Amino acid sequence: MAGFMAGIIPVNALADTAPGFVWRLRDGDGPGATALRPCGPDVMVNMSVWEDLESLRDFVYRNGPHLDFMRRRRSWFHPMAVPYLVLWWVPAGHIPGLDEALCRLDMLRREGPGSAAFTFRDAYPAPAVEGAGLPGS
Amino acid sequence: MTEISVIAVLDDPVRRRLYDYVAAQGSGVSRTEAAAAAGIGRTLAAFHLDRLAEAGLVEVEFARPGGRSGPGAGRPAKLYRRAVAEHEVSVPPRDYRAAAELLAEVVDVTGAEPELQRAARSRGAAAGRAARQRSPALPDGDLVTGALSAQGYQPYRDGGDVRLRNCPFHLLADRHPPLICGMNLALLEGLLSGAAVTGLSARLDPRPGECCVVVEDSKNNVD
Repeated sequence: MAGFMAGIIPVNALADTAPGFVWRLRDGDGPGATALRPCGPDVMVNMSVWEDLESLRDFVYRNGPHLDFMRRRRSWFHPMAVPYLVLWWVPAGHIPGLDEALCRLDMLRREGPGSAAFTFRDAYPAPAVEGAGLPGS
Repeated sequence: MTEISVIAVLDDPVRRRLYDYVAAQGSGVSRTEAAAAAGIGRTLAAFHLDRLAEAGLVEVEFARPGGRSGPGAGRPAKLYRRAVAEHEVSVPPRDYRAAAELLAEVVDVTGAEPELQRAARSRGAAAGRAARQRSPALPDGDLVTGALSAQGYQPYRDGGDVRLRNCPFHLLADRHPPLICGMNLALLEGLLSGAAVTGLSARLDPRPGECCVVVEDSKNNVD
């Protein structure tokens, strides 16, 4: 885990300056959210808000250091048999709480991708209101 | 147009030469440039380029010469670039893409990425050894670009680095990025070690429209 804990700090810093980044979850004064364990001691969570889907996709999958970090995920994490990543749209200015994220994840697991809870592979467009943001968890 | 008629548009040596030239460039190509590269006249090149565009194999864009704008900047030039769409024909019909997507999904869910990367590394190493055996005396850089070309990566030199214009696994990589880009990196690491290339190393460095891996001059690697 030492490799993960050391690597997450610069990767988080990259997110903070990435185009379209709005907000990310932190555990108090920590650099990330690694101390938060709302799903049990063995499950780490992260959550962030982005201006649009493509900005988030660019950071997650098209940023070299982040992609490389994900490539090495099996050195640190066991695979999960159920969906563990959920996306949904929020009104601009809204910062979602963990309870909101877990509810959306549950929705995705129960009903599959839909406009209220979806994935990168089955994405849904933003609802037709002005200025919406997108968190990922 | 059916897939087979799209591919049939390439069944003309001149048109094929033009397509290969356009596809290998990083940006839009003018009729004049394409004509010169294919060794034919501009009118004939324009005819063939427009056939390629009608078939959707190349896309057309318009640009002011030299990026000028406003009055007196001249007429916008018609530029051609490789289209993003993929075309595949198999006779008799085969569907390896669907099989690959299913397998990728299972590797994702079961977490078998280390095994996938190991298999990819050894496959790459075999290709690297074969390339080295064919040309024992070839300089490393040329050997690597030759082997990468043979596998469809469309490599080009960028200073001391080799960048890859094409991702041979594009559709899969789009749907399973960490999985397929990790596999691809392992393939290329294997290729370099199998070919006993020492001055170059492979690293993930995705750029829009290109392969996620760069093969870089190890001396410049400051990471």
